Amino acid sequence: MIWLDQIIQGTLLGGYYALIACGLSLMFGVMRIINLAHGDFAILGVFAVWLLVAQTGVSPFLALVAVIPLMALFGWALQHWVFERSLRAGPLVPLLATFGLAIVIENLLFEGFGADTRSLAPEIGDLAFDSWTLTDRIYVGHLAVLVFAVAVILLVGLQLFLKWTVLGRAIRATAEDPETAELVGVNSRAVYAMAAAIAVATTAIAGTFLAMRATFDPYSGPAQLIFAFEAVVIGGVGSLWGTLIGGIVLGIAQSLGAQIGPRGFLLTGHIVFLVVLGARLFLSSVDVRAAMRRGVDGVVGRSRSS
Amino acid sequence: MSLLAAEQLDARHGLLKAVRNVDLCVAEGEILALVGANGAGKTTLLRTIAGAHRLTSGRIIFDGKDVTALRAHERVALGIALVPEGRRLFAGLTVEENLRVAADAGRAGRWTIDALLDVFPMLKARLKTPAGLLSGGEQQATSISRAMMTNPRLLLLDEISLGLAPLAIDNLYRSLTALFSSGPALVLVEQNLNRVLGVATRVCCMLEGRIVLERDAKLATRQQITDAYFGLRQQAPGEMRP
Repeated sequence: MIWLDQIIQGTLLGGYYALIACGLSLMFGVMRIINLAHGDFAILGVFAVWLLVAQTGVSPFLALVAVIPLMALFGWALQHWVFERSLRAGPLVPLLATFGLAIVIENLLFEGFGADTRSLAPEIGDLAFDSWTLTDRIYVGHLAVLVFAVAVILLVGLQLFLKWTVLGRAIRATAEDPETAELVGVNSRAVYAMAAAIAVATTAIAGTFLAMRATFDPYSGPAQLIFAFEAVVIGGVGSLWGTLIGGIVLGIAQSLGAQIGPRGFLLTGHIVFLVVLGARLFLSSVDVRAAMRRGVDGVVGRSRSS
Repeated sequence: MSLLAAEQLDARHGLLKAVRNVDLCVAEGEILALVGANGAGKTTLLRTIAGAHRLTSGRIIFDGKDVTALRAHERVALGIALVPEGRRLFAGLTVEENLRVAADAGRAGRWTIDALLDVFPMLKARLKTPAGLLSGGEQQATSISRAMMTNPRLLLLDEISLGLAPLAIDNLYRSLTALFSSGPALVLVEQNLNRVLGVATRVCCMLEGRIVLERDAKLATRQQITDAYFGLRQQAPGEMRP
């Protein structure tokens, strides 16, 4: 029974990981940028929410609704003025640019808000601790279920958006081949900026839920980045469905690990991540070797289709 | 007045001058064959006109408007489309999605998915198939259809028969005739002389980045073109360049 409980709690926790990972996955899938400032964007967003709540006394949910468009604008501007320039200079420069951004954001937040650890839990009343009773041993928190539901809605919604809308198709086409997208009339820079806006806007949602169920301070970003990164890699890079699954797998692994021993929580998560990463590398090297035995054609066909 | 006028175009790949001082005009409704050996600069010239390659110097006038500074998607909006070498389909998108991306972003006009399916009936059964899974001939038909969805006034076709079976090439050229009898002006890049001389109205031959021969397709003899193709004979003094 205790294991079932851990699996349920792990799944719900995975919802949060999927939520924080979806922007990272989108940005890498479309622009091929590994955004090392991703976690810090989430923390920046939640500080904006916290500021609004502290100044006006509105509910954090309402504040989040106001912050989402601001973060989208921030993402749009970043793509326009930072990422686009750095992308022109090769694949390593965007990585460095986001690394620099992370440091700037962390220290600006520290400068502005100090080292205090904060939480939004006091602002949401009973939601922070209320739960439903499934059996006499298993309880699920209202907030955890809400986070999970939001994650599923966001990821499914994004997937449908990419599949069925004009902008979604343009994003997928540009992700595959920006030059050819331009040649059929798509403004690839505008598409990139929109994708960045969406990706950064989602970090505000993730950050706010983090602050509701736990605490945050100016240096909380990198830890969130690691979870997001692990969820993306476990689920398969660039696939939003995979990101949801990856988040859940990571959450369950951590919860089961915590049941095994007090240090198991983080350790099991990292081990699952490394095992999946190793398996992927091994399988792809086996693929390449098999293809080489079949002849060079196999490798060429594969690299083209991927 | 010509639809496209490229004036003294220079384009490079790093230090290599791929296109040298090229003047090229295309009139409305014209079918221009651009021939030349590998590395003569045909692809770079087309990509420069389409806006996918930056020019070093020169001007490109389209329909009386200077488009030199415009990006590729802005030129598509004015009516320039390129069918790139190697087809360059969005492999993960279905055939229909490939066409829709272009339709949503390009000019409005008479070319719709239905109209193109009449020209390329083989795509009808493949609409929901990811473009990466198509045969070479089907991919090329999709690539041409995708460019047509933007309703271009000038269509640049880069080696559309490359890597296709002879039968597929026959099919493709038969469809092209149907497509362009009342369609846009065309620039056809080909290495296969017989193929293009059958459909073109004018022929230009490139050698080492320059246009070394320009003739009415009916007046050009095979010997003239072959000589220009391999650079066996120098041109008239007016075309000599240091």
